[in-house]
Amino acid sequence: MNGIARTLTILVLAGALLYTAFSLSFGAPAASDMDDYFIQHGQEQTGANNIVTAVVFDFRGFDTLGEATVLFTAVLGVGLLFRKFSAEEDE
Amino acid sequence: MMTRIVRTAAGVLFPFVLIFGFYIVAHGHLTPGGGFQGGAVIATGIVLLVAAFGAGEIGRRIGPGALKGSEALGLLLFIGTAALAFGFGGTFFANWLANGGAIFGNVVPFGPNPGDLNTGGVIPLMNLAVGIEVLGALSVIVLLMFKGVREETE
Repeated sequence: MNGIARTLTILVLAGALLYTAFSLSFGAPAASDMDDYFIQHGQEQTGANNIVTAVVFDFRGFDTLGEATVLFTAVLGVGLLFRKFSAEEDE
Repeated sequence: MMTRIVRTAAGVLFPFVLIFGFYIVAHGHLTPGGGFQGGAVIATGIVLLVAAFGAGEIGRRIGPGALKGSEALGLLLFIGTAALAFGFGGTFFANWLANGGAIFGNVVPFGPNPGDLNTGGVIPLMNLAVGIEVLGALSVIVLLMFKGVREETE
């Protein structure tokens, strides 16, 4: 009885999630003005063939600055957690 | 410390991993990849050395201090490159080198083209800075954690 209820729950949940996943529309964004702008003007404005890098390092440089700061903070945290071993290294 | 076979293979493979990582960093504005990805590849090479030779040996050779220094240097270079645009009449993160005709300033034709390394403006410089930062950051994280695990088990 318990097993049947569990199987039914899993089946209903999987069905609902799969229906939601397949009813979503991928690959056809309603508003593609931004993408078209990057593709049309990215090469002439930044001089970079790789549009992804042009977006990451030029159009959205502040985002990358935040990412770099997050990485720096993560290393600070790890260094703080394991400071016993880094202190031994300094001695 | 692994067997002699693993140590020899790691020693042979390490320069190629390093070259591949620097290639991804240097060609970040032309091919898929960039500073983050290339730095991660170089850090993987250092992790390979740590797995083969042990964290103690590699920590003594390279040292967390140098890796932490390279991480801070990378972040400073990144912010410095972004702030350098102030001196050339631009805003923060302005790409003042692009299409200038000087270093990294060649004009790129629209559409698919073979690619020219001397393009991209400040993007290659920022790729290099982020690559230096990421290789230091990921390596020092793995090195410190490996040392912590080793100290606890012994």
